[in-house]
Amino acid sequence: MTSAGGELLVLALLLPVAGVLLAFLLGGRWAARITLLALALGLVLTGLLGVRLFASAAPLTYALGGWAPPLGILLRFDGLSLALLATAMVVLSAIALYARAEFAVPAGARETRASFVFWTLLLGVWAGLTVVVLASDLFTLYVALELLTFAAVPLVSLEGRADTLRAALRYLLYALAGSVLYLVGCALLFGAYGTLDIGLLAQRAQADPATLLACALMTAGLLAKTALFPLHIWLPPAHAGAPAAASALLSALVVKGSFFIVLRLWLEALPAVVTPAAAQVPAALGAVAIFFGSAVALRQARLKPMIAYSTVAQLGYLFIMLPLVLGATALGQSTATALAGGMLQLASHATAKAAMFMAAGLIYAGLGHDRVADLGGVARSLPLTVWAFALAGVALIGLPPSGGFLAKWLLVSAALATGQWWWVLALAGGGLLTAAYVARVLMVALSSAGPAPALRAPVARSRQWVVLGLALLSTLLGLLAWVPLAVVPLGAAGAR
Amino acid sequence: MTTTTIYGLLGALLVGVGLYGLIVHPRPLRKILSFNVLGSGVFLLFGVVARRGAAAGFGGDPIPQAFVITGMVVAFAATALAVALLLRLAEVGGATELDEPPPAEDRAA
Repeated sequence: MTSAGGELLVLALLLPVAGVLLAFLLGGRWAARITLLALALGLVLTGLLGVRLFASAAPLTYALGGWAPPLGILLRFDGLSLALLATAMVVLSAIALYARAEFAVPAGARETRASFVFWTLLLGVWAGLTVVVLASDLFTLYVALELLTFAAVPLVSLEGRADTLRAALRYLLYALAGSVLYLVGCALLFGAYGTLDIGLLAQRAQADPATLLACALMTAGLLAKTALFPLHIWLPPAHAGAPAAASALLSALVVKGSFFIVLRLWLEALPAVVTPAAAQVPAALGAVAIFFGSAVALRQARLKPMIAYSTVAQLGYLFIMLPLVLGATALGQSTATALAGGMLQLASHATAKAAMFMAAGLIYAGLGHDRVADLGGVARSLPLTVWAFALAGVALIGLPPSGGFLAKWLLVSAALATGQWWWVLALAGGGLLTAAYVARVLMVALSSAGPAPALRAPVARSRQWVVLGLALLSTLLGLLAWVPLAVVPLGAAGAR
Repeated sequence: MTTTTIYGLLGALLVGVGLYGLIVHPRPLRKILSFNVLGSGVFLLFGVVARRGAAAGFGGDPIPQAFVITGMVVAFAATALAVALLLRLAEVGGATELDEPPPAEDRAA
């Protein structure tokens, strides 16, 4: 069952975990250096995995201990895995470079708990996401989900204020309810089919009441973790209250992990059970999320809560991909357009949202506040940062040549090809509302009235360049038009 | 009614009670306890699944038993994390409610 190059998968898993252990051994003074080194190695490894995957055009697999499913655990790496892992590695690296100024312990300074905790939790999020992309059975995905949660929750309360502790606790309770519902579904599926392996379930599962109940429970649990409307209320206080680097991590990557499991569950484990009609439900919630999240974002007085509500809205786009993929399957069309559109939206939002949160963090560091109304002329004090914010906004709105534009283009094509024109309205309307809240910030920031606001503290140029680089990447993602269409179908479910 | 059916129904009952408590109770400590009741129900369900799926001569299918052990470790860690957050919240904020306290001037009045 182990394919050529399968050992690389074990290495990909070991890298972040070894980083965590080493950080514990050597302490917070070394944690930043260990993380950056591990991320550099991880980027190379992800590149190698991509090359291997393209060369073999079949999923890379590794059977742990030589035991094949259903008894053993199989690590499996396909095109969808590559899309999420590559996105995660790029965003994690950018966040780590940005966070160095905030959380690294300079020589001679006292080591703080926040610095040590931040780096180990960043490695923890990385480890969780790696398990998410490599797992090929629903129970390993459950473990991955919990790893991700346990790394994400303390990130919310890094600053230890009462309101952030409250946000973290609320997040944890939502996440626990979600994962235990997912576990009930696992029990029902195992009871009915005697396996939780995704490939075997795809062959055995039928649309009987127990399976439908299991699917509904697991989906509800995952939606709570992904913060899809109306289960989103934990997200804005949690993401807005964390330090900017942690917000970026949470908004860009952590919520994508549980969404990825929805994809595995709906499209690969139970395609015989879910129907295009059933997929209208999460997509409709997604459409409501787009309008609701954007409208509330427009009314926020502060920058970070606005960006957090924007995440609520942007997550809605991801769920529109479900009926489009299932609809294409039902009509016998290729699912590549819808899948590529959805995964590109995921990558585009991850890069843009991380850049936006970090830009907001720099504005906060410079001005000492992030009230939108009082940002007048900040573009003259922090030109690079405001540029980064604007470019990230362009990607979120979906203007060409950004990844967001190409993603929406692909999703609209898929919607029209499968005769589901109503999703085009949500895709286009969401773009308009996004433009409104991004423009609202930029109009104040770019205003030339009055003197440029004085900076409370100098903002390092290198940090601004990191943010600008990530924003540029998300803006130029659309130029790589062929990549998602080539990557996503690699080793897809049919080739099992 | 066989023993496994009784255990299965009991597991379902615990899941129901736990879920109800998790949703209805406003206080975080009650929610954490409800989560544990709910978790116990799920583990019992896994036990029932193991018993039903047992091959001749075995007490139970080992795979669901392994799931239960993993699930318990996870639930234990989750409970520890939640209680730690709650304790810190009580220390820093002086209260353990999840809702924001009213603004200071309201409280003074």
